[in-house]
Amino acid sequence: MRLSTLVEMRGIAKSFGPVNVLKDVAFSLAAGEIHALMGENGAGKSTLMKILTGLYRADAGQIAVAGETVNIRDPKHAESLGIAIMHQELNLIPELTVAENLFLGREKTVGAGLLDMGTMRRLSREYLSRLAVELDPDAEVGTLSIGQQQMIEIARALSLNARVLIMDEPTAALTEREIDALFKVIRELRADGVGIVYVSHRMEEIFALCDRISVLRDGEFVGTERIVDTSLDHVVQMMVGRELGERFPKREVSHGVERLRVEHLSDGRHIEDISFSVRAGEVVGIAGLMGAGRTEIARTLFGLNKRAGGRIFVDGAEVKITKPSDAIAYGVGFVTEDRKAQGLVLEMSVRENITLPLVPTMGRTGIVAKGEEKSLVARCIDMLKIRTRDAELEVKSLSGGNQQKVVLAKWLSLKPRVLILDEPTRGVDIGGKAEIYQIINQLAFDGVAVVVISSELPEVLGISDRILVMHEGRLAGEIAAADATQESIMHLATGGY
Amino acid sequence: MAVSQTKKLVQKLGPLIGLIALCVVLAVMSDNFLTVGNLLNVMRQVSINALIAFGMTFVILSGGIDLSVGAILALSGAVTAGLMASGTDPVLATFAGLACGTLMGAFNGLAITKGRLAPFIVTLATMTIFRGLALVYTGGRPVTGLNSDFFFMLGNGYLGALVPMPVITMFIAFGVLWFILKRTAFGRHVYAVGGNEEASRISGVRVDRVKIMIYATSGFLAALAGLILTSRLNSAQPTAGTGYELDAIAAVVLGGTSLAGGRGWIVGTLIGALLIGVLNNGLNLLEVSSFYQQVIKGAVILLAVLLDRRQGR
Repeated sequence: MRLSTLVEMRGIAKSFGPVNVLKDVAFSLAAGEIHALMGENGAGKSTLMKILTGLYRADAGQIAVAGETVNIRDPKHAESLGIAIMHQELNLIPELTVAENLFLGREKTVGAGLLDMGTMRRLSREYLSRLAVELDPDAEVGTLSIGQQQMIEIARALSLNARVLIMDEPTAALTEREIDALFKVIRELRADGVGIVYVSHRMEEIFALCDRISVLRDGEFVGTERIVDTSLDHVVQMMVGRELGERFPKREVSHGVERLRVEHLSDGRHIEDISFSVRAGEVVGIAGLMGAGRTEIARTLFGLNKRAGGRIFVDGAEVKITKPSDAIAYGVGFVTEDRKAQGLVLEMSVRENITLPLVPTMGRTGIVAKGEEKSLVARCIDMLKIRTRDAELEVKSLSGGNQQKVVLAKWLSLKPRVLILDEPTRGVDIGGKAEIYQIINQLAFDGVAVVVISSELPEVLGISDRILVMHEGRLAGEIAAADATQESIMHLATGGY
Repeated sequence: MAVSQTKKLVQKLGPLIGLIALCVVLAVMSDNFLTVGNLLNVMRQVSINALIAFGMTFVILSGGIDLSVGAILALSGAVTAGLMASGTDPVLATFAGLACGTLMGAFNGLAITKGRLAPFIVTLATMTIFRGLALVYTGGRPVTGLNSDFFFMLGNGYLGALVPMPVITMFIAFGVLWFILKRTAFGRHVYAVGGNEEASRISGVRVDRVKIMIYATSGFLAALAGLILTSRLNSAQPTAGTGYELDAIAAVVLGGTSLAGGRGWIVGTLIGALLIGVLNNGLNLLEVSSFYQQVIKGAVILLAVLLDRRQGR
């Protein structure tokens, strides 16, 4: 493989006000390599990539693209240099078609500005076929799966003749099959000489896919290693700067009485005939492919989706849950998968978010008991080790892991009997993940019945006592964690093929 | 952090600085502006818009809009006046008018939550309905013959022969509403629903109930403003309050409350309403033609929002 350097960044520094986000960072990307960029949240990965794509200007340092020193002025300029980025949140307009999205902002026209849909359709087909994806250029993007939408983003990068492609957590919302397809495309791009910067928290993926890995910690460059020369443990140590304990902390809890029992639950659309139970102190994982109905179980249990049939028992007594406030009254909590859209009120403070489900009031007057609220919040921050300078800070200023802890604090302050967590560590860095697992263990120790829904198989295997596997809206099986492997779960999740 | 907090404070106080600057300019340009009599007069004129704008603050904070307040004002005033003219006890008639406005507001809230309709559409429709009902009820004619000292006091009385009653009402309402927003669970929920409705619902906030209460509050305050107006005119006009919803929205926005919901404060609304009132008063004192007054008013709103946006970055 011919390895010419595509991008060379040296001595990059950037600060926002008094905060030094990047200090003397170096990064180089060769043509035809997949280069993982890793670091905990807040380490400076996205700032570095924003400098490379012209969104931010560096305070100091040089950037050379294909050997030539450049001063990247803005995203348009970066694009003209062949640098394209695929954001975690897709920048597509759902109401427009595939072709319209691909050419958004640089539409092909004929005559006095009339759209040349014919050419755009033809070119769209061309780009997509290069990725070996079958997509109708006239399909509305909103009707496509997340995986398909990502392919459109990649096609857009290709249409720009990108030599450098930055991918930020591209697999976060993909199913296993879609991930396989994506990796195939990425490897083909590598073979074509494209340099790919791959930002992800998923270690397994990085070791399967990447050639080299660079690590940032607290805005400083820690090092670059070839994947073949390094190990998972070493990378983790580079990221956190210390030996991390076990990835999944052990839990010694005896299971108590049956806390939650679900019988023949269905919502008439996504899930059908779901029965299971969870005991006090037990952690039950729910695995399955995207769209298999995992989240729908939680939403139906919690009164967010209409229940079409089935019965729910908490601590042996049947409960009628038709709205979230009913579920909360019975001691059922729900940590949703999308904390920004469903978990937090971003403009509100840490304090206000924590006490949102139950603001401490003076008797029945509805007047907030300020002192009581403050001490409750202080206890939560202390107990969950939420890193915030001040409980009055807006919650959106916190890192992903700390935001997630605020969501957890919200439910813990209610002292739940049953807690359902949907993708509790999505977008959380490795140190934060371990802390969240620790909190889950503590909950189990305190006798809470915990249900964890997760797409990350190592996570499900690592923290559950028992694993329920969903397939197309039904329970395909149940495995004790001790006997389960990734293969046995996938076997059930894919319907046994 | 100190920097960002100072910045925030400046941003929050922006409208107040504007108000003070405007007062200084007017005091220099006109001898009649900075007199106790004139200032109390301005506040009395402001009180009606301010009361409506207080309710609008709740609505906008929750991410909604209420276009029906002007029509609620007219119908509530007409009902009270009609009852009084036909011999009902004035106190009872007053409460009937307030209840009427509250119910109309609650109806808005019900249609929005249970019907899952956009607040803009619902209140646009009910604006027409309530206005139509006011015309039906009055036969299109003003209701007169309100012979009640109690009711007359509401709009024309003075406390200590100096402070107009509407000003007192305005400040009492302001105090109560400020406390509700700042210190009660309901107030917290108003912000939460406007900030993220889905997260609030999942946290167990009864979003529908909160919204219904918000629109009912808005209706109640519009009715209160309607009673004051009816009292001041000593008659109820079926076409009273036309366009008042826009003045109220202007006051809320001038005060720095975000139309997207979740962000803002009622103190800003009071300042915004005073700004509009002082501007009106000043332009009158300076004998600016009423046609030009409209142009200037609109330009000030645009400028204020623009400045606010700049600082927000």
